[in-house]
Amino acid sequence: MTSEAIIEALRGAVPPDAVEPAPSADGMAAIYASAEHIVDVCRALRDTPSLRFAFAADMTAADYMPREPRFEVVLILASLGVAGFGETPKRLRVKVRLPGRDPRMRTLSEIWPAMNWAEREVWDLFGIVFDGHPNLHRLLMPDDWEGHPARKDYPVQIKLTPKIYEPLQLTPEEFAANVRADLRQAGQD
Amino acid sequence: MTTTTPELRSETMTVNMGPQHPSTHGVLRLILQLSGETVVSADATIGYLHTGIEKTAEQKKWQQVIPLVERMDYLGAQSNSLAFVLAVERLMGIESKIPPRVRDIRVLIAELQRISSHLVWLGTHALEIGAVSVMMYCFRERELLMNINEMLAGFRMFPSYLRIGGLREDLPPKFHEAVNAFVERFPSKLTEYEDLLTKNQIWLKRTRGVGVISREDTIGYGLVGPLARAVGVPYDVRKTFPYSGYDTFQFDVPVREHGDVYARYLVRIEEMRQSIRIIKQAIDRVPPRGPFDIEDYRIVPPPKDKVYTEMEGLIQHFLIYSQGFTVPPGDVYVPIEGPRGEHGFYIVSDGSNRPYRIKMRPASLYACQAVPKMIERGMIADVIAVIGSTDVVMGDVDR
Repeated sequence: MTSEAIIEALRGAVPPDAVEPAPSADGMAAIYASAEHIVDVCRALRDTPSLRFAFAADMTAADYMPREPRFEVVLILASLGVAGFGETPKRLRVKVRLPGRDPRMRTLSEIWPAMNWAEREVWDLFGIVFDGHPNLHRLLMPDDWEGHPARKDYPVQIKLTPKIYEPLQLTPEEFAANVRADLRQAGQD
Repeated sequence: MTTTTPELRSETMTVNMGPQHPSTHGVLRLILQLSGETVVSADATIGYLHTGIEKTAEQKKWQQVIPLVERMDYLGAQSNSLAFVLAVERLMGIESKIPPRVRDIRVLIAELQRISSHLVWLGTHALEIGAVSVMMYCFRERELLMNINEMLAGFRMFPSYLRIGGLREDLPPKFHEAVNAFVERFPSKLTEYEDLLTKNQIWLKRTRGVGVISREDTIGYGLVGPLARAVGVPYDVRKTFPYSGYDTFQFDVPVREHGDVYARYLVRIEEMRQSIRIIKQAIDRVPPRGPFDIEDYRIVPPPKDKVYTEMEGLIQHFLIYSQGFTVPPGDVYVPIEGPRGEHGFYIVSDGSNRPYRIKMRPASLYACQAVPKMIERGMIADVIAVIGSTDVVMGDVDR
């Protein structure tokens, strides 16, 4: 199913400005959903009989700093082609664009319970707040961690001064002194 | 003098299971509320193995990411790299140029990896429930698969043999003999494991009716793969969204209905049989010598004789190893059927020679999230059986 067909199927269930087609490099259908209508859109995607995206495979985010809106939350959905979970197999990416300042959206964990931990991970690594989440705590990082490590402005090594790799170098005198010390120690033992 | 009977009090007890518990396959911490021996509620804490592989990968060139992603789900190493490689190839638009021989070898390797992963699962799962000898037998057979890996790439756990655009090098001599010997030997050994477990009264009592989860919850919690097939959802990415030529192979998708620990056991045992079927077909199709990459030397390194004799080859070699190659901008998600269910890679490229963002769909993370759901109102002794049956790999959960 193409992005346009999916948007057509959503018509009536959600306001017309809530969804628009999104570019997709691999041919998988992709739509942008607005953050304010995301719960309605997702509920319609799950429950509309012709769509029936019963399986939320994954949620993640990407940080497009310094572009604005800075964050894109990506939700990967599938209907499985199994009775009860979508008759025809199809896939869809739902993207929500969020601003760099105070990014937040409603939780989707009431629609797909799997999204509970996925949202905690996105909060942990990107600092995107999910309003109404039952337990929005850090998932992967320790509770007292500062910052959100997957953001692009978070350095890779925060506590280390940059180092270059150098082989361990000893002068001949130091080497000889080490050998003597070893011998001395061996003699005492 | 009157005696007063003390008022009977009941309260729940909090037990901290893990993170260093032998049966949690890594470092998973469960906080259990117990009433007697019944689990009232459970809470899982993860993150002890988080190493930020996805962040690290943003600093690496595309080919350098492969050894990293193999270390995520360390028991299914080559299915991680298969998902990654397929995703990058789709983004580059070179999917259709991959030679059929390479596709068949990739299928062969993915199925060997599935058996290898299931053998570790079966061994450790049985060990936890008390069938110690099964572990020894499973690791004996897995050793043969490790030897095949070593033969392929010189590395047993993380061979990094799959590359974007093909394979690292051609199949080693005697590869066919090694795979055929394994295929010959393994089915009878699988029957041996089944003789030890499938009708064993202790095994049945520990696993039947334990850790049941409904069909709706299974899909709602994102448990696809063997966990869904054990509760009657015949979803297999290899059949539903075929990749790498799986639609040309004959195999069945085993399904059971009960959704308990025993059903998951039966599904995985049958999956190993089906993997052997696929391996037999694949090994017959693959000639010992032939093309092993797309021979586009902007993406894969040129053969050494070209590097040493031709200026062009030397330049290509130098460019590949210093700059790598670029991938057109855009995003892609490609799912594959890993040993633990749907493994997929969501990849964003900004058009440079390094990934902008990669994210693996962690099948074990979702399984881990559902563990409290499966063990609530069960006995504390069943917690171990349930964790084993979900086949969580903490490297995959925490990444």
